[in-house]
Amino acid sequence: MTDIRDAQMVGRTSDGRLVQRPLSGHLTVYINFDMVMSVGHRVTGCAIAVGTIVMVWFLVALAAGDARYATVSWFLRTPIGYLCLFGWTAALWYHYCVGIRHLIWDTGRMYDLPAVDRSRIVILGATAALTVLTWVIALS
Amino acid sequence: MADAKGLKIDTMRSYLGRARGLGASKSGVHHWWMQRLTSLALLPLTLWFVWSLTHLAGLPYATAHAWAGRPINVILLLALIAATFEHMHLGVGVVAEDYIHTKWIQSTVVVAVKAASALLALAAFVAVLKLAAG
Repeated sequence: MTDIRDAQMVGRTSDGRLVQRPLSGHLTVYINFDMVMSVGHRVTGCAIAVGTIVMVWFLVALAAGDARYATVSWFLRTPIGYLCLFGWTAALWYHYCVGIRHLIWDTGRMYDLPAVDRSRIVILGATAALTVLTWVIALS
Repeated sequence: MADAKGLKIDTMRSYLGRARGLGASKSGVHHWWMQRLTSLALLPLTLWFVWSLTHLAGLPYATAHAWAGRPINVILLLALIAATFEHMHLGVGVVAEDYIHTKWIQSTVVVAVKAASALLALAAFVAVLKLAAG
């Protein structure tokens, strides 16, 4: 034993032998799709937080008059503006759907793995559907 | 009766025994509870706001201005702003607390997030009230 950390991992079997206990599963176990979705909930939350700046800009410009409103309208119609709007729409609906699942989880329901497998598909499908629907309505 | 530190003990019951059955600590759940309350409020408000924006897209300034001036829209916009920025500083604050490990940077970011949320909310409030006044 050359490392002090190894000493912390010595255990005894039921017959009294000293053995090296295994490492915890760590990242090889925990990196899975549901973990990515959980991180995604936080990432989209932060992205929407940045998006609120444009929401406030929109409202302030609307209150400030025609000229200011024309500026924000122009920005949102540039390619970057459309990209931001599309990203925020997708992020918003994703955060919305995962948030609903969090509220359901808070009641103690749908915690078992088969339910998580189903809700994951519902969330991804609903996010895509709501994003497409939003843009179909906006552009029609 | 006094313990080793000289503290007076009024009862032989343990602290755990006395705390059990009293329910969740009162203000300790405030953060968790506000995050849930605001998320519930934002479920209908977000649907309404996105629905409204998709219908305002491409319309002239006067139409958008008139929409924002209607009392029902003023009320819902104010509610949306309040719920959004309360939800936002609670959520982004937790992200900062979880991933920033240098204490002073973490505190600075958490305070900055709260300040930014408050200022954005106030700016939006003023804009909406100005629109409400015509």
